[in-house]
Amino acid sequence: MMAKNIIEKIWDTHIVHQEEGKPDLLYIDLHLIHEVTSPQAFEGLRLAGRKVRRPDLCFATMDHNVPTKNLPTINDPIAKKQIMTLAENAKEFGIELADIGHPDQGIVHVIGPELGLTQPGKTIVCGDSHTSTHGAFGALAFGIGTSEVEHVLSTQTLWQNKPKTMEIRVNGQLGVGVTAKDIILAIIAKWGIGVGTGHIVEYTGDAIRSLTMEERMTICNMSIEAGAKAGLISPDEKTVEFLRDRRHAPKGEKFEEAAAYWLSLASDPGASYDVFLEIDAEEIEPIVTWGTNPSMGTGISKTVPTSDQYESESDKQALKKALAYMGLEEGQPIESIEIQHVFIGSCTNSRLSDLKAAASIIEGKKIHPGVRGIVVPGSWSTKKAAEEEGLDKIFLDAGFEWRESGCSACLGMNEDTIPAGERCASTSNRNFEGRQGAGARTHLVSPAMAAAAAIEGHFVDVRKYVQQAQEV
Amino acid sequence: MEPINKITSVITPLDRKNVDTDQIISKEFLKRIERTGFGRFLFYHWRFDEQGNENPDFVLNKPEYKGSHILVAQDNFGCGSSREHAPWAILDYGFRVVIAPSFADIFHNNCFKNGILPIKLTEEECDEILSKGLNAPYSVDVNLEEQTVTGEDGKVFNFNIDPYYKEMLLNGWDEIALTFKYEDKISEYEAKRIAF
Ligand code: SF4
Repeated sequence: MMAKNIIEKIWDTHIVHQEEGKPDLLYIDLHLIHEVTSPQAFEGLRLAGRKVRRPDLCFATMDHNVPTKNLPTINDPIAKKQIMTLAENAKEFGIELADIGHPDQGIVHVIGPELGLTQPGKTIVCGDSHTSTHGAFGALAFGIGTSEVEHVLSTQTLWQNKPKTMEIRVNGQLGVGVTAKDIILAIIAKWGIGVGTGHIVEYTGDAIRSLTMEERMTICNMSIEAGAKAGLISPDEKTVEFLRDRRHAPKGEKFEEAAAYWLSLASDPGASYDVFLEIDAEEIEPIVTWGTNPSMGTGISKTVPTSDQYESESDKQALKKALAYMGLEEGQPIESIEIQHVFIGSCTNSRLSDLKAAASIIEGKKIHPGVRGIVVPGSWSTKKAAEEEGLDKIFLDAGFEWRESGCSACLGMNEDTIPAGERCASTSNRNFEGRQGAGARTHLVSPAMAAAAAIEGHFVDVRKYVQQAQEV
Repeated sequence: MEPINKITSVITPLDRKNVDTDQIISKEFLKRIERTGFGRFLFYHWRFDEQGNENPDFVLNKPEYKGSHILVAQDNFGCGSSREHAPWAILDYGFRVVIAPSFADIFHNNCFKNGILPIKLTEEECDEILSKGLNAPYSVDVNLEEQTVTGEDGKVFNFNIDPYYKEMLLNGWDEIALTFKYEDKISEYEAKRIAF
């Protein structure tokens, strides 16, 4: 039998109908729903008199718009309407909902794995590009638009052209103080934000195998920032152990049966891909983005690029435009960039291990007087778990605000925005113009790097802190 | 969905690459629960200053491009979020065709579901059209049936398109209605689906 990669295996087991000259009709195992990209889809169903085919394969929550303080008050009337619309739609169509204040509520990509809904081998979709996060479990998970949300609601399928496959192998082991976030930022900085367009990426290599499930989620989460349709990692024992005893995971004998099936999905030795890229973990240092897309990033020890480093006129122009927006100079050392805000949160880096990593740097220290910091746990249950370990106290003592879960300043749809012209060290995934607020300047970093910057008021090499801590 | 075949119009040259969906439609406009009315928010922060006045330098505000149905940009158009509000805004503003050397996958998909024709030409071809359009208003005929873009100067550019999506756009099909024809196959699949 020919060696197959996991992408081909999952694809092939989900084909409902195949025909020359048409995309494949694929079955969808799990449909995650949130308030921003679903109202028009439900409205479409109603207008056409259609039903939800499999409400049991849907799960809904509120995350993008929800306030992260003074709950349950929602000041913004339009946001409130959108949130209430989802609650009504979930009720009308019989879909399970983790509403505001519900113990399962959280960022959709954080709660899917927490609840054990995310499982290897599933096809998972959501009207959200960071659906790729679920690929960490060896699921084929990708973002869709609202018309496709409507299509999945009414048919539980999607027409999909088979994308090309790409292997990105991360060799060796990460240095101390270097994290999963730095791996994915380094990949995007190296090959650009279009490198994955039209492809599904499988991340392989020793460095990936060594990562925890939460770290793997950080990597897969940002596949879309590399342009990929999806990113995934073949399941292994860590995947299985993460899922054991989760609410929606199978139980008892059924679990063992499932586990055997999950492990069988891992890419076969010798499987081939359309594109192969490789990078050494040892060459990666903590990364800070300096520009207005996620590929505009570099190591903490480096400087902002200069236009003579680029060949084409359009690249030089892009650099100038980005630096004008960011208020930075060519050749400026990254460490000299002063920040006014720190945001620890988002579906990239708001899980318990992320909060722990930041807290370990902050513990016993105060944040810089010129900096305002907020910590937004990815879910209600993450928040509870963090509080049980006393992390909230560490952050509050240092001068951070400790919030309720939601997307928050990752995209600033609620009140959590960064003012124009001010700078934020952010653990989120996008540094586009205006992403965190009109005129706001976003620098993407790992939770540990964000924490260190909060203390110093400018970017610093977190490895210094980690080493100090180890010497003590 | 409105069918599309032939469109003739002056092009709007948006000479940028990596135009992301946050720029196309900013998050403050995503709270509406309707599909329509997003056109006035298209490229909002490029189009208007903080006081809400038109920025005269931005291409959409120049009188010579008003009423255009064809947007031309550079590489990786529509990258970023999955928000379908981006194609809704583009369509509602009046564009039916977007031409670029490459598109982000989700955006590309979303276009077909809304009767927008995304055309991939090579980087050189896009550069040529952009520079003509930036120089002076440049009108082109787009013909989906023939898969051609023909400039007013007679220059012809051919493009490829997935035959399935071509049919869908030409006929203005409702994809869900099409899929319902396969209901039996979906039920058959469900009966033997691997699920735990
Ligand atoms: S946290 Fe940010 S990237 Fe993640 S789903 Fe929410 S808005 Fe999107």
